[in-house]
Amino acid sequence: MFKIVKRQEMSEGTVILNEIEAPLIAKKAKPGQFVIMKANETGERIPLTMADADPEKGTITVIYMVVGKTTALFKTLKEGDAYQDVIGPLGKATHLEKQGTVVCVGGGTGIAVLHPITRGLKEIGNRVITILGARNKDLLILEDHMRAVSDELYVTTDDGSYGRHGLVTDALRDIMEKEDVKQVVAIGPVPMMKFVSLLTKEFNVPTMVSLNPIMVDGTGMCGGCRVSVGGTTQFACVDGPEFDGHQVDYDELMKRLAAYCEEEKECYNEFCTLEQA
Amino acid sequence: MAEKSKKKDILRQPMPEQEPDVRRRNFDEVPVGYTPETAMLEAQRCIQCKKPSCVEGCPVSVDIPGFIKLIKDGDFTGAIRNLWSRNALPAVCGRVCPQEIQCEGVCILAKKGDPVAIGNLERFAADYERAHGTGELPPRQKPTGKKVAVVGSGPSGLTVAGDLIVKGHDVTILEAFHKPGGVLVYGIPEFRLPKEIVAQEVNFLERLGARVECNAVVGRTVSLDELFEEGHDAIYIGVGAGLPRFMNIPGENLIGILSANEYLTRANLMKAYKFPEYDTPIPKGKDVVVLGAGNVAMDSARTAMRLGADRVRVVYRRSREEMPARAAEIHHAEEEGIEMFLLTNPVEYLGNEKGRLTGMKCLKMELGEPDESGRRRPVPIEGSEFDMDCDLVIVAVGSGANPLLTQSTDDMQLNNWGYIEADPETGKTTKKGVWAGGDIVTGAATVILAMGAGRKAADSIHDYLMWGW
Ligand SMILES: Cc1cc2nc3c(=O)[nH]c(=O)nc-3n(C[C@H](O)[C@H](O)[C@H](O)COP(=O)(O)OP(=O)(O)OC[C@H]3O[C@@H](n4cnc5c(N)ncnc54)[C@H](O)[C@@H]3O)c2cc1C
Ligand SMILES: Cc1cc2nc3c(=O)[nH]c(=O)nc-3n(C[C@H](O)[C@H](O)[C@H](O)COP(=O)(O)OP(=O)(O)OC[C@H]3O[C@@H](n4cnc5c(N)ncnc54)[C@H](O)[C@@H]3O)c2cc1C
Ligand code: SF4
Ligand code: SF4
Ligand code: FES
Repeated sequence: MFKIVKRQEMSEGTVILNEIEAPLIAKKAKPGQFVIMKANETGERIPLTMADADPEKGTITVIYMVVGKTTALFKTLKEGDAYQDVIGPLGKATHLEKQGTVVCVGGGTGIAVLHPITRGLKEIGNRVITILGARNKDLLILEDHMRAVSDELYVTTDDGSYGRHGLVTDALRDIMEKEDVKQVVAIGPVPMMKFVSLLTKEFNVPTMVSLNPIMVDGTGMCGGCRVSVGGTTQFACVDGPEFDGHQVDYDELMKRLAAYCEEEKECYNEFCTLEQA
Repeated sequence: MAEKSKKKDILRQPMPEQEPDVRRRNFDEVPVGYTPETAMLEAQRCIQCKKPSCVEGCPVSVDIPGFIKLIKDGDFTGAIRNLWSRNALPAVCGRVCPQEIQCEGVCILAKKGDPVAIGNLERFAADYERAHGTGELPPRQKPTGKKVAVVGSGPSGLTVAGDLIVKGHDVTILEAFHKPGGVLVYGIPEFRLPKEIVAQEVNFLERLGARVECNAVVGRTVSLDELFEEGHDAIYIGVGAGLPRFMNIPGENLIGILSANEYLTRANLMKAYKFPEYDTPIPKGKDVVVLGAGNVAMDSARTAMRLGADRVRVVYRRSREEMPARAAEIHHAEEEGIEMFLLTNPVEYLGNEKGRLTGMKCLKMELGEPDESGRRRPVPIEGSEFDMDCDLVIVAVGSGANPLLTQSTDDMQLNNWGYIEADPETGKTTKKGVWAGGDIVTGAATVILAMGAGRKAADSIHDYLMWGW
């Protein structure tokens, strides 16, 4: 069992942070890696990236957005409760390199995934410019954490309620035009990563994205997580989850993410009805 | 041969089974098992050969006439004890061994008629023990103070763990999944091997003192070298052949194309057949195609039927004779209404604008000259292209070696296909203190071969722990 030692709600309860006892994983975790978690006997296994890991305390931190049945179930777990299964660390660690000026672009809960990577890039001596995007001010997470590991930080909101009115790509274009950007890291909703990649391709700047296909085992045995990168099929759980943003077939990924739409609705509705009863 | 007329008159006792049109929509076990009376009757058919050919056909040399005689005499406890001395998982093997090419295939009675139902009897003895036994544990030798890590909890790892724990070693099984059992829990469906049986076998090992640590992905959570640093004296690797193979044809990433590994893992390990009581979804195809014709394909096809398909077709590029599945599985599948669509090979998947599968472009095949495997090679018939509608394809065309663990150690030799090089007699790898066996050495094979490899390795590990490499 994997006990929750700290729990925090963000973004009006739509985003939850859990710090979980998992000493073996904490010892090994590197930026960019993820875990697969399952709450109870009947639960589904879902992947979540580690936003942090503390090898001394033996804990890992995940931050997740409540989007369906499983994340809603996770949300009901309180401090002191435990997950039945946490498996990891999975996936390849981010390749961190000192390059000069790098731009980190985060959207939604992708910001949680981006945080340890940004910190890593900063620690090895890069000049880090960060752009965070959210639909509105209340949905923005981890702004302070990100500011602490960035040299400059910009925020954009879709509705203009905070920071710059517009999309992350608007802010990114301005920076790319002014600065000698060596690398871009973009993590967030698939359309965001797609448009960031299209933009950086114009400027010929290497871009890394972190993909989130549907996973089951996370160890390369099912092939459910396959994505097309540069015309070849890759298993995101073992070959990724990070890939060259210019090579990814985002449209295919978006379609594949909708594979279980109907079942997910059924499962979620049933859960919500039970919760209310 | 002048046999006693009485024995000759007894026909092979049929296995009582759920009716096909009932079972094709439920997940309960298909064969319901012999009663003690039927088992004793069937046991009488064995003529107790002096030189029993059946034993030679069994990869672990079960004392077949021995245990059958005990059943005949009504000593069911004696029968299971006899079985255990060669085979740690008789309830499993009785159900899933390809008996027709092993023990039963070479039973002397098979020459003139039906062989003794060795598998059914083995299963009977094990089931009887589970229902009526005292649960008494075999004696355990006094602790040696030696620690062994077993990586993977499939039949191979379980065998090693069982053998070494009774020899007094301290054994920890490390399993990547959240439940132990390997293919026995994630691959082979409930209707063929109830998961309760596997759970009991694991529980038995735990009662003997073995530790089972799930959620431990060796190569990620912990490495082989770290296991040594933690104080393990020897390591056994039985991680199976869990890398799904695809067809590598256009359209493979459409929604509705799953590897059999994924499909069966969702259904069995995650219990998606009980969705939404269990949270994991599984695609419910109406018009399902399964590619391949081994046990994995039959299990996938029969699962799809049980999940409510209108039509399930097994599409295979060779002919019926080459189908590698157990005879009983093919027979059961056909009884349940599954169609065998032979000498056909897909060349492209077809989909709609939403990225969902709608069909396949296929070619008709014919059999040409034999290939390296000795089977006649399927060759496409020119101009035979045709489209086949379907909304779910399960790809069961084989599996390979998963590199997750082997990549994380550079001092262990692999063969060209990524399987671990291990001595066939001892299971020793080229890395000191590390043994390997089962599917990760041989490629996808059978439960009993994986267990046999485990037994040899356990003996060799024991020798090493007591006397050195
Ligand atoms: C490597 C990786 C890292 C991730 N890290 C984070 C993270 O740090 N924070 C976060 O909020 N989210 C993360 N996700 C996404 C997260 O796994 C999904 O949001 C979650 O599985 C949704 O489950 P649900 O039952 O609540 O919603 P559902 O209603 O089941 O699904 C909502 C959507 O989530 C996706 N999804 C469903 N099941 C899975 C699954 N088994 N695996 C992956 N995606 C699925 C589908 O696109 C689906 O349409 C990550 C995904 C991957 C692959
Ligand atoms: C659907 C299906 C049906 C089959 N039907 C039959 C049949 O009817 N009769 C028959 O004889 N054979 C059958 N087989 C074949 C048989 O199941 C296998 O040959 C046998 O299970 C191999 O045993 P194993 O112990 O080598 O590996 P497996 O049973 O594959 O077990 C390996 C275990 O290791 C774990 N693992 C993998 N990597 C790691 C890691 N890095 N760290 C920790 N753990 C890890 C896996 O999760 C798994 O639990 C079937 C196989 C399948 C897939
Ligand atoms: S273990 Fe398998 S091959 Fe051996 S006797 Fe039993 S059923 Fe036959
Ligand atoms: S070969 Fe057949 S008849 Fe002879 S001992 Fe074996 S099971 Fe009995
Ligand atoms: S999640 Fe199964 S192979 Fe990646």
